[in-house]
Amino acid sequence: MLLYRRLVGVVLPTDDVLVAGLRTGDEETFACLLNGWSGSMLRLARSFVSTSASAEEVVQDTWLAVFEGIDRFESRSSLRTWVYRILVNIARKRATREQRTVPWTSLAPDSEPTVDPQRFRGADDQYPGGWRTFPDRWPTTESEVLAHEVRSTVAAAIEGLPIRQQVVLTLRDIDGHAAEDVCALLEISMANQRVLLHRARAAVRGRLDHYFTGADA
Amino acid sequence: MTCAELVELVTAYLDGALAPETEQRFVEHLALCDGCEIYVEQIRRTAAEVGRVEPENLPEETRDRLLDAFRSFPRG
Repeated sequence: MLLYRRLVGVVLPTDDVLVAGLRTGDEETFACLLNGWSGSMLRLARSFVSTSASAEEVVQDTWLAVFEGIDRFESRSSLRTWVYRILVNIARKRATREQRTVPWTSLAPDSEPTVDPQRFRGADDQYPGGWRTFPDRWPTTESEVLAHEVRSTVAAAIEGLPIRQQVVLTLRDIDGHAAEDVCALLEISMANQRVLLHRARAAVRGRLDHYFTGADA
Repeated sequence: MTCAELVELVTAYLDGALAPETEQRFVEHLALCDGCEIYVEQIRRTAAEVGRVEPENLPEETRDRLLDAFRSFPRG
């Protein structure tokens, strides 16, 4: 179904248009949202429930709840925030039923450095904490082949992250949510949110660095 | 501020969340240090590349079921 394939970088219509589309049953509007948001919604759901199948059901139940509730949507938040909030509520309830401890509630950010300490000069050095050697510059990726490889590298790196880091990275850097919205949605502190985003970006950067320069992360 | 310290503050810096005096030291360091300038640029680039990743999607079957449900949802 090529019609419904999500094109990366395609800008969705404004909330007014989307909400009107959902209310009147415009299929194209819904297909757009389904393709644009499902990936993030799956990831978000998976951070609460135990299996992928369960996460899929959460996403499905969320959309059904959206059909039910769209007439009551009041635009006090963006449509996406509203939908994601419904998802989090459904996912939390389900996690409780599955007797799964919601990982977001037990968050103790660790303070491990995100860059290998070996990259920096030691305490006895004339410039302690300075780079031993600067990071190598990365090439630009103008060719489509290279750009594709970069995307695969990044996708694999994201998949390899702990789920909470995946979720925060997805919400911030894929969906473009503001830090405050992410904190409110996940009920985590700003500091926790930042630590998760920081670790996630640093890890993906490490993988890209390895890809571009052959350096160890 | 050392390079080792700076790299751990990049995310806060990019969010505009550093305390004013820390931000000033960050910016001053960045202006003088090529290594950190490269690093910060790479983190920016990383965030941008993450935004270009093709998202995963629901299985075809689930999508079709949802599209059906949307189509047949009773609307007043």
